[in-house]
Amino acid sequence: MAKPADINPSSPAMEVRTPPKQESPNKLAGPATWVDERIGLAKLLGNIRKVFPDHWSFLLGEIALYSFVILLLTGVFLTIWFKPSMTEVEYTGTYELMRGIPMSEAFASTLNLSFDIRGGLLVRQIHHWAAMLFVAAMTAHMLRVFFTGAFRKPRELNWIIGVGLFSMALVEGFAGYSLPDDLLSGTGLRFVDGLVRSIPLIGTWVEFFAFGGEFPGSLIIPRLYMVHILLIPGLLLGLISAHMALLIYHKHTQWPGPGRTQRNIQGYPFFPIYVAKAGGFFFIVFAVAILMGAFMQINPVWIFGPYNPAQVTAGSQPDWYMGFVEGAIRITPNWEWHLWGTTWSWNIFLPGVGLMGLLFTALAVYPFIEAWITGDTSEHHLLDRPRNAPVRTGLGVAGMAAYGMFWLAGGNDILATQFHVSLNAVTYFMRVAVFVVPVLAFIVTKRICLSLQRSDVERVLHGSETGVIVRSPDGGYSEAHRPISPGEAYSLTRHPQPEALVPNGKQVGRLRGRLSRWYAQGQVPKPTAAQIAAAADHAAVGTEHDAAALDSGDSGETH
Amino acid sequence: MRFLASAGRQSLRRHKAARPVLLALSLFLVGAVYAAVAPATTSSAEGAPNEQLIAQGKDLFAVNCASCHGLNAEGLAQQGAPALTNVGGAAVDFQVRTGRMPMGNPYTQAQGQGQGKQNTFSDDEINALAAYVASLGTGPDVPTEDQYSPDGLSAEDVARGGDLFRTNCSACHNFKGAGGALPNGYVAPSIENTDPAQIWEALRTGPGQMPVFASGAIPDEDVKKMIAYVEQVNATPSAGLTLGGLGPVSEGFWAWVAGIGSLVLAAIWIATRGARA
Repeated sequence: MAKPADINPSSPAMEVRTPPKQESPNKLAGPATWVDERIGLAKLLGNIRKVFPDHWSFLLGEIALYSFVILLLTGVFLTIWFKPSMTEVEYTGTYELMRGIPMSEAFASTLNLSFDIRGGLLVRQIHHWAAMLFVAAMTAHMLRVFFTGAFRKPRELNWIIGVGLFSMALVEGFAGYSLPDDLLSGTGLRFVDGLVRSIPLIGTWVEFFAFGGEFPGSLIIPRLYMVHILLIPGLLLGLISAHMALLIYHKHTQWPGPGRTQRNIQGYPFFPIYVAKAGGFFFIVFAVAILMGAFMQINPVWIFGPYNPAQVTAGSQPDWYMGFVEGAIRITPNWEWHLWGTTWSWNIFLPGVGLMGLLFTALAVYPFIEAWITGDTSEHHLLDRPRNAPVRTGLGVAGMAAYGMFWLAGGNDILATQFHVSLNAVTYFMRVAVFVVPVLAFIVTKRICLSLQRSDVERVLHGSETGVIVRSPDGGYSEAHRPISPGEAYSLTRHPQPEALVPNGKQVGRLRGRLSRWYAQGQVPKPTAAQIAAAADHAAVGTEHDAAALDSGDSGETH
Repeated sequence: MRFLASAGRQSLRRHKAARPVLLALSLFLVGAVYAAVAPATTSSAEGAPNEQLIAQGKDLFAVNCASCHGLNAEGLAQQGAPALTNVGGAAVDFQVRTGRMPMGNPYTQAQGQGQGKQNTFSDDEINALAAYVASLGTGPDVPTEDQYSPDGLSAEDVARGGDLFRTNCSACHNFKGAGGALPNGYVAPSIENTDPAQIWEALRTGPGQMPVFASGAIPDEDVKKMIAYVEQVNATPSAGLTLGGLGPVSEGFWAWVAGIGSLVLAAIWIATRGARA
């Protein structure tokens, strides 16, 4: 049996000692040290001097973040009064035009919130406008990231998180839109009920599962309420945290420029500069949301009336972010199969479920597809100017054009009445436009990008136009050019030139080789160092040379 | 008459003043009867139409309508003009008063449902036309005010009118009567500022693409409630700028233009400010 070892009574471990008293360097450090010793504040604030680059387009994501904060604040107020119940009640509130009308408790409490709760209508309108801004700012932010190539390695996962945030924001917005149980939102729910039922084979079962039986039932509003105030906000919060943590970990991308490399960041520290800037911007976003809520009416449910499955209204549309699905369904011809007593509603399933799936899948896989096409495996912390990636920019604009066409089709009745054209004409036009307009948009955008590249080369070689017309002694005229700064010349020429992969039968197959060639072709070659030197010599000779060349009609000289 | 007899009939009858007095009395009697009867016959447009009014309407019809609808209102199929023998006076009153009829150019205007044209007929002329067409057969007559006037309804009645409106009208005319699109270039017009009599007439006669809502389906009492609802819902103050009142489409448009637009401007402003500690 083991025995404890004997202890030497003279060992220093036996002595009772008090830890030395720590002297704080100044009085203010006291509380900070107290917190640091308990939760590791110093480590937590290690990033406080983190440097962020400055550009307006980097603030688009912040608009979305601040709108989310506004949504949380106003949403808490709304939950105090809103009753997510489909129990039928008779309205007895102050709004006379609904008095005595049977309606769900959800709608009655929304009317109550709007007319009888002090500030309720204002908060409702701020909440709704902030929701519109939230999704719009996310979209704008996503487009910025796409067009500047900020999704490339190492940020592909953060891009996917962003796509997840975007898709969840759509569900969140739709759930919120449905809660008041007014005539428009009920029609929207009926629309989604149709989408669910159009899923082949399992559609009806999914519908019964979601609605607890036949549409509308009495469960969907309480369920959507849970989704709207608990499930999706929780997921959004988690994903936003991950999104921002990765942003700190990767560091922010920056525009190329003198002294800006893949390994550094030029800008200002988070504290105190961005604390002030971002804090100030939060108040601006909040102010805009409040001003919109105060002065612009949104979703006047008291005019729409309570939802009644027997009623419908002209001009039934979802909020803007669901408009593209609405449009796709409006313009799809009535393709339907009837097989063995079952109905296969391709006219709903393909444009509804299919298009949403296609959009989010295409967005999520794009970074990997582009990397596969270009064979680019390096890290990128410097942004692409959109013109220097003409195919990507073209694809992005083509996607926007397709989205825009579906979007417009979602308002085909409004277009017909506002512009005095036939509803059928709008619908037939859109059926063609959703395919043709993106192709045209791609071609036009790529040409514009290449022209801008040429103008960049021109600017590097010949300087900027001064607008000063010089007349030579011979009588010839020419415009004087001023050389650009070396910094600007660097910014215009630092981008890598894409090179097409050569098919080798192993990693690079024929398809990949062709796509790669398509991606790289047409790129305007950057001026070489020799060309820049020659152009500098040329400029040093001065304007007389230009004038002489013009005068003699010498076209062999490049200008 | 006893005093006449006792005082001597003969003397009174033979009195010098007897003839002039009798003449004056009979003239007075004729005048009084005429005064009592004559106005009633001249204002018969509100009651049963008389022959004279119908004749005037027939003349107007021959000049303004017969080229398409035929001299006896039998209709001309190749002109696309329906027979008007059983449409009633309400249809004429609606079509002419709103400027839909007569059409300026049937070949172009038929697609646009003949809207936006100014009515150039006087009330009397419309009454005469309506009286003539009503005399040709059956059909709803021009309504009287007690059939359509929304006065004197309770708040509950008007709210009930809103429910009826959403059930029967809003599918085409929008939730507050702002109008909407129909297939093939037709539109359901805005009824936000439409005269109550015309709403009643449209329900009963079903002009253009609109179905007929007969009094068996929607009695006059319910029509009044719906008319009152449309009037009141459009008179209700809005919660800020209505942005066209077209629902989520215009809201989304303004969210991008006003909201994101102003915030991008603010972002540009913030980004151009450097660090001036």
